[in-house]
Amino acid sequence: MKTPLALAATIVGAALVLAGCSSSTPSAEDAADATIAIGSLYEPQNLSNTQGGGQGVTEAFNGNVYEGLYKLTDDGKVEPLLAASEEVSEDGLTYTITLRDDVTFHSGKQLTSADVKASVEAVTAEDSKSARKSAFSVISGIETPDDTTVVFTLSQRSISFLYNLAYIWIINADAEDLTTTEDGTGPYTLDEWKQGSTLTLTRWDDYWGEPAANGEVVFTYFTEATAQNNALLTGEIDVITSIQSPDALEQFASNDDYTISEGTSTTKELLAFNDRVAPFDNALVRKAVYSAIDTEKLLTSIWGDYGTLIGSMVPPTDPWYEDLTDVNPYDVDLAKQQLAEAGYPDGFEFTLDTPSYDPHPVVAEFLQSQLAEVGITVNINTISADEWYTKVFQERDFEATLQEHVNDRDVVWYGNPDFYWGYDDAQVQQWVAEAEQAATTDEQTALLKQVNEKIAADAASVWLYLYPQIVVASSELSGYPVNGLNSQFFAYDIVKS
Amino acid sequence: MPEMLTYLLRRSAFLVVSLVVAMMVIFVLLRLLPGDPANALLSVDATPEQIVAARAQVGSDRPLFEQFALWAGQMVRFDLGESYISTLPVGPEIATRLQITLPLTLLAFVLALLLSLVIGITAAVKADTWYGTVLSGFAQLGIAVPVFWVGILLVWVFALGLGVLPSGGFPRDDWEDPADALRSLALPVLTVAIVMSASLSRYIRAATLDVLGSDYLRTARAGGASLGEALLRHGVRNGAVPVIAVLGIELSTTLLGAVVVESVFTLPGLGSMLLTGIEQHDFANIQGVLVVSTLFVLLVGFLADIVQRLIDPRLRARVAGAR
Repeated sequence: MKTPLALAATIVGAALVLAGCSSSTPSAEDAADATIAIGSLYEPQNLSNTQGGGQGVTEAFNGNVYEGLYKLTDDGKVEPLLAASEEVSEDGLTYTITLRDDVTFHSGKQLTSADVKASVEAVTAEDSKSARKSAFSVISGIETPDDTTVVFTLSQRSISFLYNLAYIWIINADAEDLTTTEDGTGPYTLDEWKQGSTLTLTRWDDYWGEPAANGEVVFTYFTEATAQNNALLTGEIDVITSIQSPDALEQFASNDDYTISEGTSTTKELLAFNDRVAPFDNALVRKAVYSAIDTEKLLTSIWGDYGTLIGSMVPPTDPWYEDLTDVNPYDVDLAKQQLAEAGYPDGFEFTLDTPSYDPHPVVAEFLQSQLAEVGITVNINTISADEWYTKVFQERDFEATLQEHVNDRDVVWYGNPDFYWGYDDAQVQQWVAEAEQAATTDEQTALLKQVNEKIAADAASVWLYLYPQIVVASSELSGYPVNGLNSQFFAYDIVKS
Repeated sequence: MPEMLTYLLRRSAFLVVSLVVAMMVIFVLLRLLPGDPANALLSVDATPEQIVAARAQVGSDRPLFEQFALWAGQMVRFDLGESYISTLPVGPEIATRLQITLPLTLLAFVLALLLSLVIGITAAVKADTWYGTVLSGFAQLGIAVPVFWVGILLVWVFALGLGVLPSGGFPRDDWEDPADALRSLALPVLTVAIVMSASLSRYIRAATLDVLGSDYLRTARAGGASLGEALLRHGVRNGAVPVIAVLGIELSTTLLGAVVVESVFTLPGLGSMLLTGIEQHDFANIQGVLVVSTLFVLLVGFLADIVQRLIDPRLRARVAGAR
């Protein structure tokens, strides 16, 4: 009886025939019209930046479909985009911004100051879910004396005002529901969003600035890193925006067809204490915990040769960065001594609320074994991301937790005693407030450096390490951003040779 | 057949009741999860007002009973509501996803059925030959292997190694070019079919062995029929009854197994919709997918029961006897 083998052969044969009739690949395509396929794990949840679209919508749309008055460049600088120029009053309370007069929306309407006013008001509106909402509470008035002039009046100085404006997309004020469509001013228009699969952007030929260097960008979304790596290996995608595990890197590192770029990220892995509760209300205990942890070993075990150690909340791309890794060195004897001094010679016990997703569970187990050496017992309590939000962030019902903090320039949260970690230092609060109201960036930088040093000396939290930002791309590709600041991924300079 | 009609009515009523109970279970279990679905809409910088607004938007600030009544009310009107997060209507989204999941499930099912019929019957009839043993061995092995592992292996051979089939994804123009779409489905279908045929062929082998050892078959052969004739005339009908019950379960399992397969092959089907729904705490999407797949499972069970009764007069007699 040959039937089973014959049938199996027929099936495999049929699969191969199907494989044979693959659509012909366009080989002699002009580079300027090339399609760039970008692999990402972060599918947008919706297409609005004020309705909780998540980092996926920023990655796909920021700078590509929507533009702000200013933009944050890949190396962390603030540059004008839709703004042509700005004038700041002597007291720093009035910003008069002149708009470019050659900008139109994808729908064909000319950009005016009314659109800018409406876009800012959408972010500050009551029902806005924008993460940046609180940064704009300083705005006391927006006026539009003519079509190309917007005047912002602030209730107090805000040195970060232009930087914050870089996060606001300018959207056609007349557009209706934009949770599944768009009407921006960027170099691409949205062609199609297939939920669960792809988001396609097409070059817009009426763009006011330099046109995109490629014809089409397809963001392809994966739920699983291996599937994403395979797609890069088989050429179905050209680049992966952010590698989340070092395991897969070897297969690309040893192959000339791929280029691995390590940029600087702003994502910090934190062991955040609840500084309100004993024993973590005692800085000496926090310092002891910090010194009991071999962060270098931790980083290596998770990321291999990638990633950076940090000694405070500030990543190297922030202007007020300084190397503070020596403030709380890894030193078990020092840790024991500090514990004894604080009144815990035999250690203590605490519960670590650990988000269930990578890398937190691994980090928790590492901390458990390290802290056991100085007599501290760690009880790991695994919780979902959602539970974290309710229990830790909102209700502050925790002793210590692990969390990744992705934003740049977020050291200022240590100046807010109501933040979930409850670090309460009057001096730091004053410095943070003064820094925001500083007249010059130098003054701001100097003050935030002081904040840095103080929170490090107090071990307000344990800053375990800074994530690496790794982009893997086909070696045919050039012009892609490597730092991934603010989750953005400008696609318009990408060229496929 | 009035008995059959009564049976159909009773069975349909059972289906409706099951669906309602399932809806309640789905609803309550989701609400037992810690946390609040509104959180998915918020960031770590959210103000108290933002939190209140988000809860109002998804309705999680209302009493549980009221939430269920709202949902049930929608369901009666065949409206699955709107996604909390994308704000897209859930029904049409499920319909789009089914364009991938249904063909995947049905193709895999048919292929698995063919494979396992051949393997199962051969393994039983030729139980004392070496390839009969090998085929039984394959079936044993197949049960032990997880679906995702088979998928990874096939990707490794056909996509990464030979480069003849895509490693995942689905054409952007869906079914516009059927050959392209089928190419994308080839590996997922094969994956599911292999795993499914492993367990299915064991049932078929057992059923065939039962038939082979039966008195009626011996009698038929004594009457002069060849083994093939006897099996075809008397064996299939008898052997089919237990197999159909299993087939119903297997078909349902395949649909539910799509979650894993679709994630390995990055297919935007029902499974990946469920998975992202769970990740994002999008209750509207989760409930929608679960209700639709529950309905599918219940319908398949319904059909399997009816087919069994049509094939086997003894089962019909049992219904009549109960009257």
